[in-house]
Amino acid sequence: MGLNLIVLVKQVPDTQNVTGNAMKEDGTVNRGALPAIFNPEDLHALEAALRIKESVPGSRVHVLTMGPPTAVQVLKDSLYRGADFVALISDRRFAAADTLATSYALKCAVEKIGSYDIVLCGRQAIDGDTAQVGPQTAEKLGINQITCVSEIVELDAQKRTITARRSIEGGYEKIKASLPILLTITDEGFTPRPPSAIRMMTYKNATTAMSGGDFDETYLTGGAGLKAENAINLWDSNAIGADPEHCGLAGSPTKVRAIDLVVLKSEDIRMIENSDEAIGDMVHELVADHTLG
Amino acid sequence: MAAKNSVMVFVQQDDGKVAEVSVELISKARDLADQLKTQVTAVLIGSGIGKAAEPLIPYGVDRLYTVEHKGLEHYTPVPYAKVLTQMVRKISPQIVLYGATTTGRDLAPRIASALRVGLTADCTDLKIGSYESKGRSYENVLYQIRPAFGGNIIATIVSPEHKPQMATVREGVMKMGDPNPDFKGEIIAESVDLDPQDFPSQIVERVKEEKLVNLKGAQVIVAGGIGVGSKENFKLIQQLAHALGAEVGASRAAVDAGYVSKDHQVGQTGTTVRPRLYIACGISGSVQHRAGMDESARIIAINTDPEAPIFQIANYGIVGDLKDVIPRFIKAFRAKA
Repeated sequence: MGLNLIVLVKQVPDTQNVTGNAMKEDGTVNRGALPAIFNPEDLHALEAALRIKESVPGSRVHVLTMGPPTAVQVLKDSLYRGADFVALISDRRFAAADTLATSYALKCAVEKIGSYDIVLCGRQAIDGDTAQVGPQTAEKLGINQITCVSEIVELDAQKRTITARRSIEGGYEKIKASLPILLTITDEGFTPRPPSAIRMMTYKNATTAMSGGDFDETYLTGGAGLKAENAINLWDSNAIGADPEHCGLAGSPTKVRAIDLVVLKSEDIRMIENSDEAIGDMVHELVADHTLG
Repeated sequence: MAAKNSVMVFVQQDDGKVAEVSVELISKARDLADQLKTQVTAVLIGSGIGKAAEPLIPYGVDRLYTVEHKGLEHYTPVPYAKVLTQMVRKISPQIVLYGATTTGRDLAPRIASALRVGLTADCTDLKIGSYESKGRSYENVLYQIRPAFGGNIIATIVSPEHKPQMATVREGVMKMGDPNPDFKGEIIAESVDLDPQDFPSQIVERVKEEKLVNLKGAQVIVAGGIGVGSKENFKLIQQLAHALGAEVGASRAAVDAGYVSKDHQVGQTGTTVRPRLYIACGISGSVQHRAGMDESARIIAINTDPEAPIFQIANYGIVGDLKDVIPRFIKAFRAKA
């Protein structure tokens, strides 16, 4: 009996490589100037799911992402690496969602898939670094969670139990829990595999299928095989049965009041010459006012 | 004054010891509550926590609720979230603060989801102010201020229409106040009903080492960045720190490059420090790094690049190679001290 695995991923602007033109003059972020990438820890979560699939025969890896149409890129990447099923959750109604509204939409999408054993996602996304969507999705699904997972120590598909190692300050915990469960994965383990060349050939022109009706379960039997046509499912708010009141801006308690560009303090800096004498004077001054010594 | 509309702090304990960040948050909650003319409440959950409760009162807690249960000795998400959600519903505070620790970041989102309220992660400042939107104005709103987008912007987040307003704050960001032994607060023991199914997680093993690096308590920090150039060169940083009796810090880039272990990392994703003196060596001064050290009383920046942003927040700047500057620094200190 295989396991149903659901991986939640996000396409993010590459905030770790911000260049000069990434900010507009009014202080807002010029998203267009930042390359969009697969959120790094989500790639580790996908890898964890693929490894579980390899260790428990008959398992299926589903990848869901919420985002604009351009986010299909992370779904294609997931297909290249071995995902069995991918869906883009996209709707204007989801725009400007905070973590609460995001986790609500993800919960609806997970429930559309129906039965699941393990939901996985990266610990946090590099654009917000909140680490909130994982635990909030778990709470909305009414399931347990293990966050900051670096290793799966044991997985017993028969007894439906998992033991995972999670990082805590100055050490780790090993937690044993029963399925279903949500795991958030850190970048300490599960080094992502590269995309497979064969799968890239198959899926590079994958198209998107609009799915309005019931969830098509035929793929669960494995009958679908590798087919690029309609490989990417598109679900809008109706398709996942989401209440518009809980989606996007309407479903987000938090509002952005102000955005400020980071402005450096312009203090009077004293430049010290790189010489024995100048450095000696500076040290003497710092010792004299008890900063040093 | 009642506990309703109070400013609440979730007090984290590990092995019966209260986390420092929780005391820092109580101090901040006291400030906020005074501005809002309301009480500070706190919730302490655990097993055998009696001794931990009393010392918290002098930091300004009006009402401290303790929840004792054998199964709550160590944190696990499901029972803690159940208990705290019940307590928040019962007390009905206007603000709830959590330490942005592994525990706080695991717990707070579950509470926010259950109560359908807003939560802002990793705030670096909290203020009270007004907010206007769509012709409506709100008073006494919590400004939840945090870096976003990899630290390139500072966002002020509000959740004016939902109570409580909730935020997590990293250790070291808020100042711990001085305890006032005359402060009068009440300790209230609460009981909870928990069933075996409320404990779906079992801690099989728990390994926690005392931090060998004490950046937070350090008065002087000598920190190295990627500009140090190599693990070999990083010894210069250690030599200067040793000579000055200082702690060794590092930027994320230096940690990622393997010059030094992650315990030494200063910055938004590392430790937040506020020493008397911070000596930044070969650190360009990214926003993320500055977020963790710009409250230092004095900053010395040493860098070969005169355009490095670190010079903009430094009090003393030395343009030069560490291999020349650091030996000169050590020599000067030995001569003067």
